[in-house]
Amino acid sequence: MIKKEMIAMLLAGGQGSRLGVLTQKVAKPAVSFGGKYRIIDFPLSNCINSGVDTVGVLTQYQPLRLNAHIGIGIPWDLDRNVGGVTVLPPYERSKGSDWYTGTANAIYQNLEYMENYNPEYVLILSGDHIYKMDYEVMLEYHKANNADVTIAAMQVPIEEASRFGILITDESNRITEFEEKPAQPRSNLASMGIYIFSWQVLKDALIKLSDEPGCDFGKHIIPYCHAAGKRIFAYEYNGYWKDVGTLGSYWEANMELIDIIPEFNLYEEYWKIYTKSDIIPPQYIAENAKIERSIIGEGTEVYGEIINSVVGAGVTIGEGAVVRDSIVMKGTEIGAGAVVDKAIVAEDVRVGENAQVGVGEYAPSKYDQKVYQFDLVTIGERSVIPPDVKIGRNTAISGETTAEDYKNGELESGDYIIKAGGVQ
Amino acid sequence: MRAIGIVLAGGNSKRMRELSNKRAIAAMPIAGSYRSVDFALSNMSNSHIQSVAVLTQYNSRSLNEHLSSSKWWDFGRKQGGMYVFTPTITAESSDWYRGTADALYQNLDFLKKSHEPYVVIAGGDCVYKLDYGKVLEYHIEKKADITVVCKDMGPEEDVTRFGLVKTTEDGRITDFEEKPMVATSNTISCGIYVIRRRQLIELIERCAAEDRYDFVTDILVRYKNLKRIYAYKMDTYWSNIASVESYYKTNMDFLKPDVRHYFFKEYPEIYSKVDDLPPAKYNPGATVRNSLVSSGCILNGAVENSVLFKKVYVGNNCIIRNSVILNDVYIGDNTVIENCIVESRDTIRANTTHIGTPDNLKIVIEKNERFTL
Repeated sequence: MIKKEMIAMLLAGGQGSRLGVLTQKVAKPAVSFGGKYRIIDFPLSNCINSGVDTVGVLTQYQPLRLNAHIGIGIPWDLDRNVGGVTVLPPYERSKGSDWYTGTANAIYQNLEYMENYNPEYVLILSGDHIYKMDYEVMLEYHKANNADVTIAAMQVPIEEASRFGILITDESNRITEFEEKPAQPRSNLASMGIYIFSWQVLKDALIKLSDEPGCDFGKHIIPYCHAAGKRIFAYEYNGYWKDVGTLGSYWEANMELIDIIPEFNLYEEYWKIYTKSDIIPPQYIAENAKIERSIIGEGTEVYGEIINSVVGAGVTIGEGAVVRDSIVMKGTEIGAGAVVDKAIVAEDVRVGENAQVGVGEYAPSKYDQKVYQFDLVTIGERSVIPPDVKIGRNTAISGETTAEDYKNGELESGDYIIKAGGVQ
Repeated sequence: MRAIGIVLAGGNSKRMRELSNKRAIAAMPIAGSYRSVDFALSNMSNSHIQSVAVLTQYNSRSLNEHLSSSKWWDFGRKQGGMYVFTPTITAESSDWYRGTADALYQNLDFLKKSHEPYVVIAGGDCVYKLDYGKVLEYHIEKKADITVVCKDMGPEEDVTRFGLVKTTEDGRITDFEEKPMVATSNTISCGIYVIRRRQLIELIERCAAEDRYDFVTDILVRYKNLKRIYAYKMDTYWSNIASVESYYKTNMDFLKPDVRHYFFKEYPEIYSKVDDLPPAKYNPGATVRNSLVSSGCILNGAVENSVLFKKVYVGNNCIIRNSVILNDVYIGDNTVIENCIVESRDTIRANTTHIGTPDNLKIVIEKNERFTL
């Protein structure tokens, strides 16, 4: 009989609506990160580096890019005879077909997948965190405590604690109380959304709570296990971990990579991050190009200036163009003479010649103040920006825009253009 | 595709000087991200050849490491695949490959067991893109026994290190001279051949019976009047890298927009082993002009008109000019490198100066320890 000690279930079905136009056409875990990677590469690489070779990836929202990226798992060595990576979308059954209604519900609907591997432990991961973690060490800790559930947790500044699930522990790190996004946090130990369950405990809880609408780990499963007197422990993690759920934190996490010695170091030999790289050639830096404090992916051609930016693979920066404090993703072309300032430009975008992106003064977003509040111009994938237009700060653009969309050739700060179409 | 492929990758050349001390020519790194053998292998894959044998002999460790998986060139298939044949001791023979024909003879089983009617033979030391399917069409149209891919070189080029051919107007080869003292033609053989499989087996067996071992001198030159040998002229980029000067020049060619566009942007692509290195990083102080920079590089100094392979570290205040820096080289602060080729995995200490001239490139091999306790 097949026996895997620990298998991982990776939740990658969420839209990540707080990333605005970046996730209009792709799921958050498939969004580019750090000039070459996609967000899901981090948990997937952590799995294989930790010796977890069986990973179920739960997908639901816009899974095309994700499916194409994961394939049969070759880049992560997850193409295995037994186990490996399996993409698990919601499926139809003879009665009661459902979308995944919550994180735990998604896992519940794939009980059969997990049973196949006869695991002793199940690792629950989410596909939207940037970090390096050895899950094997966490498993050792789980075993040493004779725990039923272990939750990875880290200290956060107390003023931010109300954004997280907060754990209150005793001196042996056993969790005594659990508060989901409390107004008055009593501790600053935040749950990272990474759990190890002993299989039987997880299975029982999932079955017991199978009728719970929108069944969620933080809201339902953990409180249930706690109420049932299970041994729940906090595993304190001290390394780099970043939830890139908002445009602000996404931009910040990218920018941290260009520090001279970044806190999150991709250049270490140990603990490599793997990704599907389909662009092989080196980058070309032209005679008059200028680059300062940036990272740049494969196959990119730079004829202009790049300052304090993260630029992906296969990008072209035209002559005289300036990219400053920005993220430019794979395959995008910045036309000659264009200026891009404090912007996130998604994949395969065309920015016309002499266009000016990110000019003027900050203004609050007229589109969605909660999503677009970080003073960043956000341009969705395959968008087209015509030549010579001026685009204000804190704006959002998606689709194929033409000169007519810009009154007097200008888009005011805080404004937005959301259209269909784009680069094919 | 109705052909199998054979890549001759066993060779070594004194003209590579110290660069061939640690690897076969076919494993020489090219254009930042590739190795020489990638071009022949990618051409085979892109020509839909499914079954490919790579014959290796000289110092094949780094080549074998590069060929450790066939998936990079899409050969990992049930139908066909990539085979690496290194000389082995068998009941009949305990010899090394004594020449290219002998290498084929020692692997005659591969030829005999295949069912495709044709064979494409290519060297592993040339940089080019070619659809072998087109060569095969030409071969069939001309009812040729052997087709040799040829190229007209410019008058300024020294062609005496190649095989030189003369042809009739129809393209039939009437004269073939291998590495002559004095050039009598400027049409060279690119070392790429198409031949019917049974014909090849027959020629190779006859060669072996006569104790002859070389494909060029003992088959092409000897049979030129007996067999119908045709020249297929290619007119796109082709470069042989088997001398230090041509190796350097080939790498520098990639700084030209047309060459770069042809290899990097035009379909089909050249494939290579993926190394999973992070993006290149430019720290304050880095000034880079007209250069190729590969993944995993960290730059703190000045780089001009150079090709940096993967994982090169350039320290503060360095000046790298007109040079080729192979993969995984660490260059300490305040170092000056001009007109050099720096061998891979080398560590250059701070405050070092290495200066060559365009006519006499310096090959830098310093076997320093990178980490001292």
